[in-house]
Amino acid sequence: MKWYVQALGKRKVVEFLLLIVFVVFFLGPLLNLLILAVSGKWQYPAALPQSWSLQWWQFVLSQDDVLQSISLSFLIATVVTVCSIIVCVPAAYAFARISFPLSKWFLFSFLLTHAFPKMGLYVSIAVLFYKFGLMNTFVGIVLIHMVNTLMYMTWIPASAFRSVHQAQEESARDVGAGPLRVFWKITFPMAFPGIMVASIFTFLASLDEAQGTLLVGIPDFKTMPIIMYSIIADYPNTTGAVFSVILTLPTVILLVAARKFVSADVLSGGFQVK
Amino acid sequence: MNTTVESQLSIRNLSKVFKTGDGVRNISLDIAKGEMVTLLGPSGCGKTTVLRSIGGFLEPDHGDILIRGNSVLNLPPEKRPTAMVFQSYNLWPHMTVYENLAFGLKIRKYKKPDIEREVTAALELVQLSSAASKNPTQLSGGQQQRVALARALLLKPDVLLLDEPFSALDAKLRMEMREELRDIQTLTEMTMVFVTHDQEEALSISDRIVVMHGGQIEQLSTPQEIYDAPQSSFVASFIGRINVLKGVSDGQHITVGELRVPNPNVALPIGDCIVAVRPEDIYLSTQAGGLEGQIRQVMVLGHYAEISVNYKEETLKVFVPREQAATLHPGQSISLMFHKMNVFPAISVSEVAPRQEAHA
Repeated sequence: MKWYVQALGKRKVVEFLLLIVFVVFFLGPLLNLLILAVSGKWQYPAALPQSWSLQWWQFVLSQDDVLQSISLSFLIATVVTVCSIIVCVPAAYAFARISFPLSKWFLFSFLLTHAFPKMGLYVSIAVLFYKFGLMNTFVGIVLIHMVNTLMYMTWIPASAFRSVHQAQEESARDVGAGPLRVFWKITFPMAFPGIMVASIFTFLASLDEAQGTLLVGIPDFKTMPIIMYSIIADYPNTTGAVFSVILTLPTVILLVAARKFVSADVLSGGFQVK
Repeated sequence: MNTTVESQLSIRNLSKVFKTGDGVRNISLDIAKGEMVTLLGPSGCGKTTVLRSIGGFLEPDHGDILIRGNSVLNLPPEKRPTAMVFQSYNLWPHMTVYENLAFGLKIRKYKKPDIEREVTAALELVQLSSAASKNPTQLSGGQQQRVALARALLLKPDVLLLDEPFSALDAKLRMEMREELRDIQTLTEMTMVFVTHDQEEALSISDRIVVMHGGQIEQLSTPQEIYDAPQSSFVASFIGRINVLKGVSDGQHITVGELRVPNPNVALPIGDCIVAVRPEDIYLSTQAGGLEGQIRQVMVLGHYAEISVNYKEETLKVFVPREQAATLHPGQSISLMFHKMNVFPAISVSEVAPRQEAHA
């Protein structure tokens, strides 16, 4: 054993230990969650459950409001994503191409919604929503979700648009494309990976959003995270685990489907078409 | 002269001044069909301003631009009968080479078989037939610029504009591309306007050269004329290498130090003048009778040698054949005589282009 460590060198050993620490730190809770979701009886201090069972899956899936909440969550997430694209992509293009006074400050101001404690912000928004009759409405929920997604949907596409050189647009004008065609055939496709990444972030953020929905949407609008809160409070841990897995699945599926766009390489490479 | 009918491209009193003060003032230029004209000058001289105005990317303050007799000033870039090759290639990375080339033809509503034929022919012209299905990022810089050239060529523009197209390439490739472009130009008989700051490039590919300086045209002539008979001290010093000396003119003769030679420039005012002599036009002799100097350095550069000679406080460069270089050595006293020289009215030294600008 000793010769092996010596052959590797101290650095390699340290790297290996660090890797193990990270794996345990990141994957440990997930593994625990997965085991918990399929366990029947699991008492301390056993390393593995005493009995396995799918009974809590049956319970969760047999609840009517669970299935309803899943479809509601997906509907809201889709509407939020589409609305954010419509509002933010043109804004992102403006930030990238037009230099107007204080444009940097405007861009920076999108961070503000993330700078305050969320609940405080939502409560003050709720006051406004009461005035406009937006409480307990679908539109209200979409708006409160968009407060959170404005930042990704503007910052990321803006940087993607900026990576399309103005000269590349000029050369398209030069071969005969009008301004609109240049945007749809050249600028937009080249910035597409960035817009895609931002859209996925938006979709997932909307899917997971609970605080704002809880405040604006009660009592009629129960999304997945809201149902999860009440189930975790009312039933054993196992139910929470089952529900977490269900909530995680769409995220995983979406990220795998879009891995071409959402990889570490792409994220660090400034969202350019390679 | 009614140039409207004959000229492919006609620029009339073009002015465009930027907030920085750079730009061009009152440029007029006529280019015939099938001609290759180079706009040459140091950075900031306005050559790119002229080119971008022709392409429609800049709106001139005054003047007019006519292509085949029609003003294009009110047309946006996409409607102008011009095509441009940019310094930075500007290919679209989300399209294959084929799609990059087909883009302009699709807009012009060409039928699919026609597009295929045109693209294939254009790729053949630039010797890149095998690259059609590749992504532009898979190609080298030279190949990318060939694709960009093909993309502009297949639109068969009335005027092809080239904005320092080869300056991002390495020296050897630049030479190859230069030759290739000249071949293509001869083959297609396309009218081309080429912008460069590289005087060697300009001399080698142009039918005519427009030397620009400070937003104005300094000289418009054939490469040979520009080199042999520069009309200003700026042109003389910007094109090729040249030695500049002070002289005095009495109308009939020019006196430079101990040397007295007939005045080649009848328009020269009497008094102080500038004498410009190319290194290959100086003759070194051990017999007295010329300017008395002392050799400082002998640098053999293959088939010729560059000799630095101290004359008073100046250092003159002289090119001599390698046979003669063998007989010269540093410290030797030598007499300089001129085969040929250009004389200009005395001006402030600042108006003479500094050497390094030619490489900027």
